[in-house]
Amino acid sequence: MTFSAEFAEKRFGYGLSPVIKPVASIDAMLRGISATDQMAQSFPIENFETFRLRMMAATAARKARRQAQDTGNEDAIKRFTKQRNVINREARQAKADWLLRTLLRRTYTEQAFFERLADFWGDHFTAQGKAGVMRRGTSPYLETAIRPHVGGRFADMLFAAITNPLMLHYLDHDRSIGPQSVRAIKNQGKFGLNENLAREVIELHTLGVDGPYTQADVQQLAELLTGLTYQVEKGTRFRKDFAEPGAETILGQTYGPNPGMGPIRQVLDDLATHPATARHIARKLAVHFVTDVPPTALVSHIEQAFIQSDGDLMASYAAMLEHPAAWQTDALNIRPPLEFVSAAMRALAIKPEPLLRHGEKEVAALFYGPMALMGQRFQQPNGPDGWPEEDEAWVTPQGIAARVEWAMGVPRKIASPLPDPREFVAHALGATVPGEVAFAAAAAESRHEAIGLVLSSPAFQRR
Amino acid sequence: MTAALSRRSFLSRSAFIGCSLAASPLLTPVSFAAAPWENRLVVIILRGGMDGLDVVRPVGDPSFAALRSRTMAETGFDLDGQFQLHPALGDLMPLWQAGELGFVHAVSTPYRDKRSHFDGQDLLEAGTENLGSQIRDGWLNRMLQQIPGVQADTAYAIGHSDMKLLSGSAPVANWAPESDLRLSPQALRLAELVMESDPQMHAALAEAMSLAEAGRALGGLERGERTPPHLQIARYAADRLNRDARIAAFSLNGWDTHRAQAQTLTRALGPLSETLLALKSGTKQEVWQRTAIIAMTEFGRTARENGTGGTDHGTGGLMVLAGGAIRGRVVHGDWPGVGADALYDGRDLMPTRDVRAQAAWIMRGITGIDTSLLERHVFPGLDMGSDPNLLF
Repeated sequence: MTFSAEFAEKRFGYGLSPVIKPVASIDAMLRGISATDQMAQSFPIENFETFRLRMMAATAARKARRQAQDTGNEDAIKRFTKQRNVINREARQAKADWLLRTLLRRTYTEQAFFERLADFWGDHFTAQGKAGVMRRGTSPYLETAIRPHVGGRFADMLFAAITNPLMLHYLDHDRSIGPQSVRAIKNQGKFGLNENLAREVIELHTLGVDGPYTQADVQQLAELLTGLTYQVEKGTRFRKDFAEPGAETILGQTYGPNPGMGPIRQVLDDLATHPATARHIARKLAVHFVTDVPPTALVSHIEQAFIQSDGDLMASYAAMLEHPAAWQTDALNIRPPLEFVSAAMRALAIKPEPLLRHGEKEVAALFYGPMALMGQRFQQPNGPDGWPEEDEAWVTPQGIAARVEWAMGVPRKIASPLPDPREFVAHALGATVPGEVAFAAAAAESRHEAIGLVLSSPAFQRR
Repeated sequence: MTAALSRRSFLSRSAFIGCSLAASPLLTPVSFAAAPWENRLVVIILRGGMDGLDVVRPVGDPSFAALRSRTMAETGFDLDGQFQLHPALGDLMPLWQAGELGFVHAVSTPYRDKRSHFDGQDLLEAGTENLGSQIRDGWLNRMLQQIPGVQADTAYAIGHSDMKLLSGSAPVANWAPESDLRLSPQALRLAELVMESDPQMHAALAEAMSLAEAGRALGGLERGERTPPHLQIARYAADRLNRDARIAAFSLNGWDTHRAQAQTLTRALGPLSETLLALKSGTKQEVWQRTAIIAMTEFGRTARENGTGGTDHGTGGLMVLAGGAIRGRVVHGDWPGVGADALYDGRDLMPTRDVRAQAAWIMRGITGIDTSLLERHVFPGLDMGSDPNLLF
């Protein structure tokens, strides 16, 4: 089994498009990762630095409102409440807009493997806001911490992700303070260590839950990471007064004794290039892109490339794509809901212009609501371990019903006009169209049902 | 609906396609065996932080009146001389009189101080001691994991909301009554046809069709008719509980009453009241007698009103109990008082009981599960304490 252009688009991209040519070779797939990020230019999404201005505005409005409440100034309370509400509403609208732009990037990209990888890593480094405008911060976080590093070193992506304010906030690290730090000693009993970030860095981001670590390593890493925090006004920074003094030992290696970003960078580099990390990442790539129970040979091949290149991601992707098992066609994975919707948009070549005019309410009706029914609330996975990979999580009665309903109901609202179903079958599925799908597309009573049937077919939903 | 029936109706609807489906070994209707126990448990998550002090008002506490003025615009219903029920729950007074409505006051999860909805709900549904533990499933699912014989239709997570407390390795049916697969008959037949080659998807679609049909058969869900989502959910839950389901869980939102609480809380209590009444009227008499409903929230709210006629995120809260199986007409719990010195952190109702222990004792009564399993696996590390006698 080897490269085929159509299968490459399905398995490693967002499926076929009537307007974008399938990728020509494995080399072209890899080149697409390091090439200029065309889609970020065509459909820009705010970076986290810009998003931080929203956080600053929200904080300022909150402070002003509290001051007004303290002085009992009713006019000012009203004014600042309104200001806060406007900031919140604009952020909600922005998030809806970023979903549309994310979908459009996937609809029009010629670098589809890059987009899929960006999604894969965004899930690997799941982070979400828990309060206020932060709740809308995921897309900007991905734009800044994930996307620029997709074709780089794993260590650099790890560093960018876990030092981003959204991650520090999500995993409670902004409140983690060394028990012997200046701050904790000044305020006895008020502050303490929070191990959440340290635990997830080891368990989810690097070594994996089966990795060779103990609770002591988690605790020591948590102490080493103290001081790493952010301020809304300044972004990520290191606060010496939060930091636990002295050296820490993680996996037998000593870091310190002087706290700072230096030893934090060092331990993250070491974790990122650890053989257990190589194994963990190799396995995750194979499970996500190929099949739920991937062949050992494929995992080992990626793992070796990761180790030999010191965690160079391009080398790891190349190893995956060059292995014949990556192209095996049995036990196909089901596309998770957001990918399914993206692939449908691509097959239908949905036009950007009317789509981008949709407001938050329409985005909720067309995407947020249906995706929640499919089991994937946009950018709100249950925990830091991200979305499940196993097909059983998605192929549920409700999940499948929601996909069929979306496929029959939504395309006609966003594609005008809907394509001819007999042509659409070939555009969406390529050279080999299963007989029953061609039959159903022709036998349906209406055009929108015919399109919906093609999109509902296993040939479309699996890759 | 029995397995045979759903398979037959499914096949007859498929007859149009010909005999290929009838001969297909791929159709695997869910096997509906008897559930391992008879009692029913309904868990409602009240998202947003319900103000227990306003819902069941401690009017007998001499310190209470000074804390509240704008939220108490209307007088409620006397419960026991000590506590007063919020006026928006008046329709539930007959349940109270019949001993089918009760409360546990001043309860909370172990969550303290940060008062974030997100973390609070995570902890409430994970059922763990603190956040950031390696446990990623929900406590109600872990309970199911301990009991042999649990089937795919023993427990239902109903509605749009993601029910983390039921997520995990034990089988659970998820269904939102609004995903009713209201497609033309031919579109449905053709959908079956295109999925025929894929056993996993085909089985899911077949089950979806039977679930959707059950939902439609309840009536009141006709196109154009606006049955509010909470009633759709309650009716669907009642119907499932009348059959093989033993557990149902869903959410009610709208409890985050930071302002104009006299109005905003009333808007949230209406659906709660209607939900409980719909569960009673929708279940058969003998099912209702065996049903315990518990409604719980991530935290209570500040004892004092804020500057905008509402309340802010607090700590100690209220658990609502209903159903024929609970010991009602009682405000259970250990009342801590709301005097300045009695408040948690000088601002919130002091929690005197762990909400998990109350849920654990109810699960013990409903399913007969061992206390040691509850303390070790369902709520790891929990000390259930003595039996609060929340059930008959």
